[in-house]
Amino acid sequence: MTSSIAAEPAAPASPGVRRGSARVLGLLVLALVAAALLSLALGSRALPIGTVIDVLFHDDGSEAATIVHALRIPRTVLAIAVGIALGVAGALMQGHTRNPLADPGLLGVEAGASCAVVIAIYSLGIHDLAGYAWFAMAGAGVAAVAVFAIGSTRAGPDPVSLVLAGAAVSALLLAITQAIVVRDSETLDAYRFWVVGSASGRSLSVFWQVLPFLLVGLLFAAMSTPGLNLLQLGDDVAASLGLTPWRQKALGIAAVMLLAGAATAACGPVGFVGLVVPHLARRLGGVDYRWLVPYAGLLGGLLVVATDIVGRLVVRPAELQVGIVMALVGGPAFVLLVRRTRMLKL
Amino acid sequence: MAVLHAAPLRLGALSWLVPLRAALVSLAGLGLLFLLVAVDLSVGDFPIPVSDVVSTLLGGGDEGQRFIVMELRLPQTVVAVAVGAALGLAGALTQTLARNPLASPDILGVTDGAAFGAVAVIVLSGASGYGGGLVTGRLQELGLPLAAFSGAMLTALLLYLLSWRRGLDMQRLVLVGIGLGAALTAGTSYLLVNSRIQDAASAQVWLSGSLNGRGWEHGRPVLLTLAVLLPLSLLLVRSLNAMLLGDDAARGLGVRLQLAQLGVLVAAVGLTSVSVAAVGPLEFVAFVVPQVALRLTGGSRPPVLASMVAGGVLVVGADLLTRAVLPFPLPAGIVTAAIGAPYLIWLLVRANRRRTA
Repeated sequence: MTSSIAAEPAAPASPGVRRGSARVLGLLVLALVAAALLSLALGSRALPIGTVIDVLFHDDGSEAATIVHALRIPRTVLAIAVGIALGVAGALMQGHTRNPLADPGLLGVEAGASCAVVIAIYSLGIHDLAGYAWFAMAGAGVAAVAVFAIGSTRAGPDPVSLVLAGAAVSALLLAITQAIVVRDSETLDAYRFWVVGSASGRSLSVFWQVLPFLLVGLLFAAMSTPGLNLLQLGDDVAASLGLTPWRQKALGIAAVMLLAGAATAACGPVGFVGLVVPHLARRLGGVDYRWLVPYAGLLGGLLVVATDIVGRLVVRPAELQVGIVMALVGGPAFVLLVRRTRMLKL
Repeated sequence: MAVLHAAPLRLGALSWLVPLRAALVSLAGLGLLFLLVAVDLSVGDFPIPVSDVVSTLLGGGDEGQRFIVMELRLPQTVVAVAVGAALGLAGALTQTLARNPLASPDILGVTDGAAFGAVAVIVLSGASGYGGGLVTGRLQELGLPLAAFSGAMLTALLLYLLSWRRGLDMQRLVLVGIGLGAALTAGTSYLLVNSRIQDAASAQVWLSGSLNGRGWEHGRPVLLTLAVLLPLSLLLVRSLNAMLLGDDAARGLGVRLQLAQLGVLVAAVGLTSVSVAAVGPLEFVAFVVPQVALRLTGGSRPPVLASMVAGGVLVVGADLLTRAVLPFPLPAGIVTAAIGAPYLIWLLVRANRRRTA
């Protein structure tokens, strides 16, 4: 009793600080399931939820079943996977660089993927999404490894140089990409649709293609998350408390590389998720990374699915790419959020 | 490093600290800048020896040389130097203000606002022909720099209004800027995806930033803005140094925080907008140049003057490369990134190796 009374006056002093709870986590999972069902039901041809659930488990060959199975399941699954990956990657990235402006793209992942895709289109004449995915993954991997190597000392990755190295490598790769794109308008024509980021038109095979990378990335993320709280105190303090900082950081950055690389390969660069979601998660669940990372993953999934649905509905029967809606809606929403609340410092 | 970073200079009752290393680096940079400018003026379809270029600049030379150097080549070179200096200065100011190396004017959404304005004009006017656009004729020629400038200014105004909440918190400012920038970039992508491929291509060229065919009409606004905002920035350096210690410490040292922050922002935004209006978004310059200058001079924040010199060197160097060395034309923005990025990477690698050795 005394402890709860003693804790009471402390709460109003920091109104923005919340703590994570399993209940909210459960609610987020439920919301994600609901969003997934909506995503299966809504679109240029809306289906009743009952029908969706009917045809979901037995494909009876009806029109509704075809729509759900051929079109909407792949994009919903992809949107969830990409959202979770980017959310987790964003939280890890901000934690490991201790920079609230860091997003997974800063590791050079998106620029590397874009550059590889443009080279694939321009010099190899590849024009299908599964082909793009392999190149995007390879490009993301090479770029991220380069950033990691440049931004590390023997004592492990150094936050400031990692961020600077990422920005520099990204700029270099972007320059190569632009150099190709401004000289060849056919490549630009294919590239401009890939680069906005979209979940539509992909088949489930793209999902299976990136799934192993996602799973390994999530495993690494789970392994590196508990140490993140201590790492926030600085390497020396963390080391004195029994942590091996460079191993934690290497694991965490590897997780970001795998998750963001796989996400970009699957749907193209969907910016903004990895940057914003950790801020939302921090508002919902406080700064404890053991809660923050799963929160960020679920919020990311929710955000991308919701955005994908909105993109389908606003300009029916055409649609807006998820990357565009994300930033068009997410940008102002983020601004409002930042205005209304006291931002939590890292 | 055993080298003295700064030495006190005393003059009677006055004394101030001269940052020796920064001064040396700036002087060396100035020398390099003059060399690059002279070479940049000498190469072209009609090469003129560097010695003749120098004498022409000093008032000599024959009529043909004077025409080529002063009328044809000088404007573009001056634009390059001015834009480089303006962006270097703007980057040094914002990175110091936000105490974050990523907080270049690009990330604050100002550049994205300019890009949105310009791309909107390109796409809506259908610059690649067929008429039919909303914006045509005279407005279209004048429109591009004007649209870019107003886009940048409106974004900056919005940024300031939206992040003002009982004072200006730098972290909130940067985050609001990122949000605005993301929305504007998405708007630009939307225009690009839904435009004809010819318009998308010409927008892409503008988006990469190009120095090609820039004349006095592009250079004059940049020079004027520099002339006004450089003294303001130098006045603010004292406050910036105090602000590095944190907002509270700065207030304690007698800095009028809101006023100083506003001044720094006005300077950075003004410099960035006129630069973008003149040559398009040379996105990388404002970010990389202060960081390179910081690593060359040492110290606790990006140096203001050395950043300007380094910016000039980078952009003129890029102009020289595009005009004289590369076998095919490339927008200058691509070349600045292609030179600046590896250099920053090399500096980082060297610093890391030294730290571990």
